[in-house]
Amino acid sequence: MTRTLRGKAAVAGVGQTTYYKHGQSPDAESKLALEAIVNACVDAGVSPKEIDGFASFSNDRNDGPRLAAALDCKELRYSNMFWGGGGGGTAGAIENAAAAIACGIADCVVVYRSLAQGQFGRFGRGAQVRHVSGDAAHTVPYGLMSAAQMFAMKAMRFMHDYGIRQEALRAIALASYTHAQSNPQAIMHGRPLTEEQYDASRWIVEPFRLFDCCQENDGAAAMVLVPAERAKDFAHRPCYVLGTASGGPNRSAAPVHNAPLYGSSHFTTVAKHLYRMAELTPNDVDVLQSYENFTGGVLMAMVEHGFCAAEEVNDFFVLDNLLAPDGRLPLNTSGGNLAECYMHGLGLTIEAVRQVRGTSCNQIDGAEVSMMIAGPMVTPVSSVIFGAESTL
Amino acid sequence: MSSHYLAPGLPMPAPARDRLDAPFWEGLRDERLLLQRCRACTRFQWGPEWICHRCASFDVEFAAVEPRGRIYSFERVWHPVHPALKDQGPYLVVLVELPHADNVRLVGNLLGDATQPVEIGAAVTGVFEHHRDAEPPFTLLQWQISD
Ligand SMILES: [Zn+2]
Repeated sequence: MTRTLRGKAAVAGVGQTTYYKHGQSPDAESKLALEAIVNACVDAGVSPKEIDGFASFSNDRNDGPRLAAALDCKELRYSNMFWGGGGGGTAGAIENAAAAIACGIADCVVVYRSLAQGQFGRFGRGAQVRHVSGDAAHTVPYGLMSAAQMFAMKAMRFMHDYGIRQEALRAIALASYTHAQSNPQAIMHGRPLTEEQYDASRWIVEPFRLFDCCQENDGAAAMVLVPAERAKDFAHRPCYVLGTASGGPNRSAAPVHNAPLYGSSHFTTVAKHLYRMAELTPNDVDVLQSYENFTGGVLMAMVEHGFCAAEEVNDFFVLDNLLAPDGRLPLNTSGGNLAECYMHGLGLTIEAVRQVRGTSCNQIDGAEVSMMIAGPMVTPVSSVIFGAESTL
Repeated sequence: MSSHYLAPGLPMPAPARDRLDAPFWEGLRDERLLLQRCRACTRFQWGPEWICHRCASFDVEFAAVEPRGRIYSFERVWHPVHPALKDQGPYLVVLVELPHADNVRLVGNLLGDATQPVEIGAAVTGVFEHHRDAEPPFTLLQWQISD
């Protein structure tokens, strides 16, 4: 028997809170989590009391059992955290939820992520401490301390190896900003970005300019997963999980920048497992949401998922190729982390579901296969492919 | 103070609580680069582990390595994320590969003009940057383009 998650679970509901600029949420982080989960339940048409499993990632501070008590869930059968920081676990949490459902461990699992950085401090700040030890002792005293600084080093090597121009990164940023202009929910709605503005923007850390770097936002998002055989009992067009994969290649978490494959987003092995489980190839993907912590990560992740060869990047990464509805591979169609909201990738995942449902603000006509790539360059990373009923 | 590449006030390195990298920091204070090597298979690894990742031997030691290498990657930082660096201006961080130590890599700063063009693959030599007045004192390993 083939061991697979293909077609075993489906997304029944998605929910979000209002997205705020970082530190500006009037609500506490745990209230945001509850609100997003309740909204996902309303979208699905199920009572929160029916949730019997919780799956999150990035060390979310709102633990499932506590949420289950607040929501008066009838019983708790699954309580799961995907290891690793950043947004690497967005699809991994979906993987864990789908696996629990496929194995009969739980029947209604919610994947969620809540962030209120005003309450708990920002990501992009260096450590404000007197001493650092462990891995950080070997980087922070040299002024290498933020995520942008950690990842610029990897992107720089990849761009060097393949002669990749800055314009390729620019195309990724412009795609997100262009798509956000038709999304009233997007933080950057009404604030379009031009090539000239990108080129004139300040360097954060070469090769990343200001517009290559994600925002930091407050808010929460959630999605409810159910067994595939129940997928048609809900309000929306069913959206099935066709494949997931997570992890990273050999020693990608080696300390102090010693991963053997360094100029990488860490998807080389993950992507193979993803396509094998989904029984699909890159050519089958109609629309892609690819997590922009930094544009360089998107670029490497798309190469490692086989959308173009590293040698073809300068030709492939032009704005027209990445735009909905007619580009070769429409990318980040609701504005992504750069221009919609930075919700550790759950916003992107919800957009991937909307494309299958046919309800995106930048809908791809007849989209059947919708992929989401999470948190490039960290370890573990993860990705997921969703499909319409026709793909089963 | 001018002998230090970055402005003062950044977090200072301390040996890991479990002492895993303590010999490295002690070595730098004595102007010696000590990196971890497996006695069983004689290969280097970095950062340090309690076990050799190649042969799973626990018989790992710290061995002296000549501080020279080549630039594997680099970045020029313009936006300071730490208040101590707010007047620093741009600075260069390099990832240096040591071919004579099984290609392990170390992070440091590239000394000299921060706006200089940087070439991946360029040969670099280590420079010990002492912070003797720090509490406790420590030494960083910086890099300059080899003659
Ligand atoms: Zn060994």
